Amino acid sequence: MWYLCVFYHRLLDYRRPEVEALAELFGAFGEDSEISHRSLEWKLPESHHPDSPFHFVNLPSEDIARSIANRSILVKGIYELWGQGNSYKELEEAIKGYPDERKLPYLASESTFKIIVDSFGKVMTFQEQNERIQGLTYIPFKGKVNLRNPDHKFWLIETDDYGSNNGLPPVVQRRIYFGREVGAADRKLLPTYQLKSRNYLGPTAMDAEMAFLMANQGLAMPGKLVYDPFVGTGSILIAAAHFGAMTMGADIDIRVVRDGRGPDCNVWSNFNQYGLAMPISLLRADNNLPPWRTGLREVFDAIICDPPYGVRAGGRKSGGRKLLKGAVGPYTVPDDKRSDHIPSTAPYSLVECMHDLLDLAARMLVMGGRLVFFYPVLREDGSTDTHYPEHPCFTLIASSEQILSLRYSRVLLTMVKTGPYSEEVAESAKKKHLEFKENHLKWLEDGNLRSAVFNPADTQTGFAEDSQLNKESKPKYRGKYV
Amino acid sequence: MRLLTHNMLSCNIKGVTNGFPLRLEVEKFVEKEVDFSAEFLRNIFPKIEWKALVDASRSMGYSQLPDEADSSMLDSDDFLKKFHHALLELHLEEGVLICPETGRRFPVNKGIPNMLLHEDEVFVFDGVNLVLNYHLNSTW
Repeated sequence: MWYLCVFYHRLLDYRRPEVEALAELFGAFGEDSEISHRSLEWKLPESHHPDSPFHFVNLPSEDIARSIANRSILVKGIYELWGQGNSYKELEEAIKGYPDERKLPYLASESTFKIIVDSFGKVMTFQEQNERIQGLTYIPFKGKVNLRNPDHKFWLIETDDYGSNNGLPPVVQRRIYFGREVGAADRKLLPTYQLKSRNYLGPTAMDAEMAFLMANQGLAMPGKLVYDPFVGTGSILIAAAHFGAMTMGADIDIRVVRDGRGPDCNVWSNFNQYGLAMPISLLRADNNLPPWRTGLREVFDAIICDPPYGVRAGGRKSGGRKLLKGAVGPYTVPDDKRSDHIPSTAPYSLVECMHDLLDLAARMLVMGGRLVFFYPVLREDGSTDTHYPEHPCFTLIASSEQILSLRYSRVLLTMVKTGPYSEEVAESAKKKHLEFKENHLKWLEDGNLRSAVFNPADTQTGFAEDSQLNKESKPKYRGKYV
Repeated sequence: MRLLTHNMLSCNIKGVTNGFPLRLEVEKFVEKEVDFSAEFLRNIFPKIEWKALVDASRSMGYSQLPDEADSSMLDSDDFLKKFHHALLELHLEEGVLICPETGRRFPVNKGIPNMLLHEDEVFVFDGVNLVLNYHLNSTW
């Protein structure tokens, strides 16, 4: 059945993928194993831009629609549409024409209800809202009004036509919708988990809203095991644990993961702060030389992480720099210093980090398991002709861009494991990795985005180029949070 | 560190072939309650090296696990509870994990095993590599 899905107007690229992931989680796709069939049907209202908050989606049942909406972060509401129109007259005709057997059960005298008047792209005064509600008397509401906790919520949503001057996606005509709310996101999660009040933070702790989106993309739920190979302060695992998953994390920096900033300011205290189940294990390990026993396969249901891109907290791997270039023989730690020795580490390029992550995921994810991670990209003229890392075991099912600055963004990639791991697969993946490495821009190979962002040579030609970049890049209303 | 983790770890020093399972040296051990999930246990059971789990739980002082196990036992609540206890509730706070082949000691502090390899374990120092490197990079 088709439902009206109204999104919060933020993180635009992340909205539909979240609903798709939750549809998968709540069993909307049945047993069909062909991955390209496992996606929803969407429609846009006539002449609406894809960035519009109004979408129509076809969902198999109201229960599934409710589950999806209630668990989501970006769905303002999923509504059973009783009518729509360009004017209130049209709306009235549409609502009167909507079948009674769909309406009457929710208008019964034993139930309580509330009507909410909302608008997109304009503000309506309290008086205007009241007038709108009064205009709906033709609907035979028999129940009592309960503004605090009604059985049923009805929404009257209005949007006008406007140009792109006020910085919103273009909508060509006025439209009014009236529907019964089936479910809505619980945004109260965000102030509860916001980083501002978190016990233990690090420079790259994942923002709470984004962490929940990642956990949804990874299908975190009770009974599943979620792993983060770059756990840091545990911000991503917190979101997964909130949804009931078992969690596990590793980091190369033992100070972040074991010590934190004190006995009450560490990863464990973060989980305590929210009353969440502790991670099953945290360990210090290097993804370039992982400590897993050979033959260990398919243990994790999801790997959700934010790998180092080399800008603020650059990635590291084992081995000293000179050592890896073969310039010196390896330093042998004297026996008495061995126990507290902190081994030297070398820079870990983004490309190598990606290869190791994909290899780890290919081995350790169950079939159908998800790999969700951020990948940095250089912003070209709007259309990103970017090549994302690939691996024969994985199928990319979602990529959502978040603009970070004029020059670069990060993209949340969601991959599903569709092919089993084997030595042959690992070999062909190595080849793909080498090709990827060669074709990549030099700035990525250095693993240092900073040089791309702050390269002094560009400021000379910069201005003319940048205005060019501006005209063709994403529209004005796109920014870090939209 | 829980025994589930222990069951996954091995000593991966270059050249080592028998790095699993690591021997446990217990200095401080705690029992921590974890929510029981039968579904999780059933999913993870096929991935567990049973003998390693039994031996490790014995070195932590728990000897109620049967020596052998197969998936039919997952229907028994009693077995699941013992499995749950050994896998998730026995917790090594302070101790050492020892490689069975080289004797290399991996410390466990505050429940966190440190599996990072030292420089000489990462790079196998041998003459052949050194000469090859000279040809590639023109440096010693």
